[in-house]
Amino acid sequence: MTHVGPVGHAAIYRYDDFDRRFVQERVNQFRDQADRRLAGELTEDEFKPLRLMNGLYLQLHAYMLRVAIPYGVLSSPQLRALAEIGRKYDKGYGHFTTRQNLQFNWIKLEEAADALQALADVDMHAIQTSGNCVRNVTTDQFAGVAADEAEDPRVYAEILRQWSSLHPEFSYLPRKFKIAITGSPNDRAAIKLHDVGLRVLRDPAGSGKLGAEVWVGGGQGRAPFVAKLGRAFVPEEDLLAYLEAILRVYNAYGRRDNMQKARIKILVHELGITEFLRRVDEEFERLKGPRYRLDEAVVADIRRHFAPVPYDADGGATPVLSGDEATAFARWRAANVVDTRAPGYVAVTLSLKPAGGIPGDMTSDQMDAVADLADKHSFSEIRVTHAQNLVLPYVRAAELADVWRALDKLKLAEPNIGLTGDIIACPGLDYCSLANARSIPLAQAISEKFADPARQADIGELHVKISGCINACGHHHVGHIGILGVDKKGAETYQITLGGRADLDAAIGEIAGPAVDAEQVPAVIEKIIEIYLRERSPGERFVDAVARLGVKHFKESLRAAD
Amino acid sequence: MSALSVTANRLADGAVVWLTAAGGWSVSARDAAVYPDADQVKAGLEQAQAAEASQLVVASYAVDMVEEPQGPWPVKIRERIRAAGPTVRLDLGQQAAQAS
Repeated sequence: MTHVGPVGHAAIYRYDDFDRRFVQERVNQFRDQADRRLAGELTEDEFKPLRLMNGLYLQLHAYMLRVAIPYGVLSSPQLRALAEIGRKYDKGYGHFTTRQNLQFNWIKLEEAADALQALADVDMHAIQTSGNCVRNVTTDQFAGVAADEAEDPRVYAEILRQWSSLHPEFSYLPRKFKIAITGSPNDRAAIKLHDVGLRVLRDPAGSGKLGAEVWVGGGQGRAPFVAKLGRAFVPEEDLLAYLEAILRVYNAYGRRDNMQKARIKILVHELGITEFLRRVDEEFERLKGPRYRLDEAVVADIRRHFAPVPYDADGGATPVLSGDEATAFARWRAANVVDTRAPGYVAVTLSLKPAGGIPGDMTSDQMDAVADLADKHSFSEIRVTHAQNLVLPYVRAAELADVWRALDKLKLAEPNIGLTGDIIACPGLDYCSLANARSIPLAQAISEKFADPARQADIGELHVKISGCINACGHHHVGHIGILGVDKKGAETYQITLGGRADLDAAIGEIAGPAVDAEQVPAVIEKIIEIYLRERSPGERFVDAVARLGVKHFKESLRAAD
Repeated sequence: MSALSVTANRLADGAVVWLTAAGGWSVSARDAAVYPDADQVKAGLEQAQAAEASQLVVASYAVDMVEEPQGPWPVKIRERIRAAGPTVRLDLGQQAAQAS
């Protein structure tokens, strides 16, 4: 095969020959399966689970291929390969998702194996992006560079990737299983909204050992739950044994009779966290020991793959621009750029949320251009965020003006990260066969209404999240302002919630009033924001104001304004 | 009660297709055969089952339709989006083909 593979200094785990052989075998197997399906040797009932195991869904308009991007980290050759797949096998674009993955919406079954081959050629695949298995592990988009990070979570994300890939015992769980991991006290990976959430840290008891705080039973969907604490600290050597114990208890007792009640959050809720953890502890005691111990040497080996990139001693200072550029550059610097722990280096977030645009969509030409920028300015590495943006994690501050101008030309420099226009939206009824209502047009209308960057900066941090159905792929439950599309007698209507949040103080939003039509949503959002602007204390964020004033207060103020 | 047509996705490329009066499959909903009620659409669904068995289409089902001057068109928004293409990308799907 034509193997390109990650190059440069990108801090990405590199496939070995075993990995490559395995992924290649899967491509060959899938090619044979697809050929047999097209020839009529396999029925759809026989073929469907096989294509889903390779990330190939049938959606509204065509087959959709969901590509795994392990913990959201890409090298520039990988991004170029995605661009080429978009161009050759899709319609010239892809859609970044809240799982840090990429979806192609127009794949043909007769070409799907070729697309998988193109992925395999750059050490990528679509395995376990569907089905009742452990899905792509997600993490903080600033992992390894964040100034506030205690420990680099990528090492453990990679260990979890290897552990969960084709784990024979966990390939047919009661339902899908999602793990998120962070190494920072400021959670950017929404760990409390996952089946299992991990926070890498040193033993709080002072032993000096590395390990993780384990949260379990979080999730969104029809019945949203914030995760409960499993253990305050599991030492590194026992981490896999403890996770194995959680999954065994889930596999044994999770409900298989009702898909709506099959996630681990329901098991934890129905058993109660105390009884659930008693069963986990029982299993853990059986598993603890040499067979399941995470070998220090294995961890050290994987850690070497994530060695720091070859930074200069200092990346310099942010240039000061003058004239017309000064304000726009300063605004972008404030919203889209964060300092990292490497002196003079910053992480730049590329907004895939232009005013009036489709959140998470990116053209093949943009992907190629960003790969070139990553080669020039970020050691050939790109990150995908769960908020559907991209990150260049290792940029010299001295080069920021060049990067900004280049991104501006590509329409990837909207200064709105974490602000009103940085909306998470699922594909909704425009693409998804599960959706009840459209999401994207609402995101477009809201981002257009709040397009003025000065106004967004004044409003400050505000996370608007939109889902087109109760499955909550757009994370509406944890939006500061959440919007859920519902089908009311054939008409698309939208339920607005307030006060959700996905950080370590995670909370599920509360309904702010009766559902409204699509055309009314931007005006309702505006009224909510006006109430906040009127009543906020100095420096108080939207989500904090909602917590202080109460959703009821907003509800009453909205009613009074009608 | 509205009229009904039969729709599916084409196996080879996933394209949305509509069963025609001639027993073929068209990418345009305007070409769809229209059955007056749930009883009569059964004949169309049987044809679709046969087409599934011969690997032409997958996931066939009946859809509520209205007659318009240009031909039949789905009643529900989901099916209208399937028939036309994403409402946020007018350059894609059947709507693009018809516009060009």
